[in-house]
Amino acid sequence: MLRTLRVIRLGWLLQLKTMLRSGFDVMTAVFTPILYASIAFFLYRRGGQEETLLWVSLGAAFMGLWSATLWGAGNTIQRQRSQQTLEHAIASPTPFLVTLIGTSVASSTLGIYSLAATLAWGRLMFGVPIDLAHPFLFALAVPAAVVSLGLLGIVMASTLILYRYAWALANTLEYPIWLAAGLLAPIALLPDWVRPLSWALAPTWGVRAVRESVIGGDPLFAIGMCLGLAVVYLVVATFFVENFERLARKQATLSLT
Amino acid sequence: MNAVRVFFLGGAVSYRALFNWMQPVVYVPTMLAGPLFQILLFAYVGRASGVESDAFFVVGNAVQVAAMAGVFGVAMTIGGERWTQTLSLVLVSPANRLALFLGRALPLIVNGFILSWFGFAVGWAFLDFDPAARSLPALALCVATTAASCTAFGLVIGSFGLYAREIFVAANLAYMGLLIFCGVNVPLDALPQWMEAVSRGLPLTHGIEAARSIVGGAAISDVGGLLARELAVGAAYAAAAYVLLRAFEALGRRKASFETY
Repeated sequence: MLRTLRVIRLGWLLQLKTMLRSGFDVMTAVFTPILYASIAFFLYRRGGQEETLLWVSLGAAFMGLWSATLWGAGNTIQRQRSQQTLEHAIASPTPFLVTLIGTSVASSTLGIYSLAATLAWGRLMFGVPIDLAHPFLFALAVPAAVVSLGLLGIVMASTLILYRYAWALANTLEYPIWLAAGLLAPIALLPDWVRPLSWALAPTWGVRAVRESVIGGDPLFAIGMCLGLAVVYLVVATFFVENFERLARKQATLSLT
Repeated sequence: MNAVRVFFLGGAVSYRALFNWMQPVVYVPTMLAGPLFQILLFAYVGRASGVESDAFFVVGNAVQVAAMAGVFGVAMTIGGERWTQTLSLVLVSPANRLALFLGRALPLIVNGFILSWFGFAVGWAFLDFDPAARSLPALALCVATTAASCTAFGLVIGSFGLYAREIFVAANLAYMGLLIFCGVNVPLDALPQWMEAVSRGLPLTHGIEAARSIVGGAAISDVGGLLARELAVGAAYAAAAYVLLRAFEALGRRKASFETY
C-alpha cells in the first residue's frame, strides 16, 4: 500500500514538474481560463446580468481545470510513446494504472491554478465579489472535483495505450464537455437528451459542488456525486487499462509513435 | 516558375503529410467537432446572457474558424519542420521562402474555408440561423478575404518559429487574442475602448463585421470599405512577415537554432 502511494506521489510530482517545464501546458493553464472568463464576463455584463458573474467565474475556472486534465491525459501517454518509455513503464512490476493515477491527478492539480487565477481575475478586472458561503465545504469540494476529473482523465488516457490516434479525438472533447457540463451556460438551456450525458460527467458535479459552496446551497450532494463518479471511473479505468494493455502487448503496438 | 512549383507541389506534399500522422477516419471528426461545438457553446452562452442573436455567434465563429486555419496553418508548417528535424534541410534549399511557406498554408486555408461553411451549416441545422441564398456568394468573399489576411498574420507568428522553439504557444496566444479582441463573440462596443482600438489593427475584425452585415441583408457594395480595410491590414502583416522571415532565418543560421526542439 505504502509503495503504491509512493508511486502515485512520485508520478504526480514528476508529471507536475514536466508540465511546468512545458510552455504549452503552462500557457493552457494560465491563459485559457482567463480568456474564456473574460469573454463570458463581457457577455453577461452586456446582458445586464451582473449578479451571475461569480457563477460564470467559477464555470470558467472549471473550463481551465478540464482543459488541463484533457491535455494532460492526451499528452502523457503520447509523450511516453515519443520518448520510447511507454514499454518500460508498462513492463515494470508496478501496475500501469497506478502510474497513470499520479500523472492524471497532476494535470488536474495544475488546473487548481485555473480556479485561483479566474477568481482573482474576476475580482481585479470585473469587480466580481468572492465571499465563500461554506468555506469548509469549499475545501472539500475542490479536491473532490480534482480527483474525479483526474480519474475521468485516466479513462480517456487508457484508450491511448491501444489507439495511437485517440489523443486527437480526446482533444475534441474540450468544447463539448464545457457545453454539456453547464460551465458557461445553464444545462437547463440544452436539449433534454443532453442531461443524462451531463450527469455522467465529473465537471458537471464538480462545478456544481464548488458553485454551491461559494454562492450558497447544499454542495454535499454534488460532492458525493464527484466521489461516487470517481469510484465508477476507477473501475472503468481498471478494466480499460488491463484489457488495452493486454491487447497492445499482443499487437506489439506499444513502441509505435 | 520554380516558385510556382514549390508553392503548389510543396503545399500538396505537406498537406498529404498531415494524413501521415493522422488517419482520415480520425482527422475528419477532429476537424468537424471543434467548429461544431465552438459555435454551439457560444450560441448557448449568448442565449443565457441575453446578448445578440444566434446568427451573431454563428457568423463570428464560422468566419473565425476559416481564419484560424491560416494562422495555425503557417505556424504548423514551420513548427512541424522543426519537430521532424527537416527545417534546416528546407532552409538550405534555394526555394523562394514565401512560395515555400504560403504553399504549405494554402491547403489548410482551403480546408478552413470548407470548415467555415460547415459552421454555417451547423448554425442553419441546429440554431436560429437562416441567411438568404443570395447573400451566400458575398459571404464567401468575406470568408476568403478574412482567411487571406489571417494567413498574413499567421506568417508573422510563424516567422518566430524560425528562431524560437515554442511556436505553438505563440500561435495559441494569437488565437486567444483574436478570439477576444476581434468581436468573434463579444460585440466590439461591449469591449473597453483600448481593446476596440487594438481590434482595428488586427485581421478578422473587419471581415467578421462585413460578414455580419451581409447576413443582415447588406449588399456587397455596402461592405466594400470593410473588406478593403481587412485586405489592407492583411497586406501590412504580409509585408512585416516577409521582413521577419528573412531576419529570423539569418538569426537562426547565426545561432544554429534550426535543429533545437
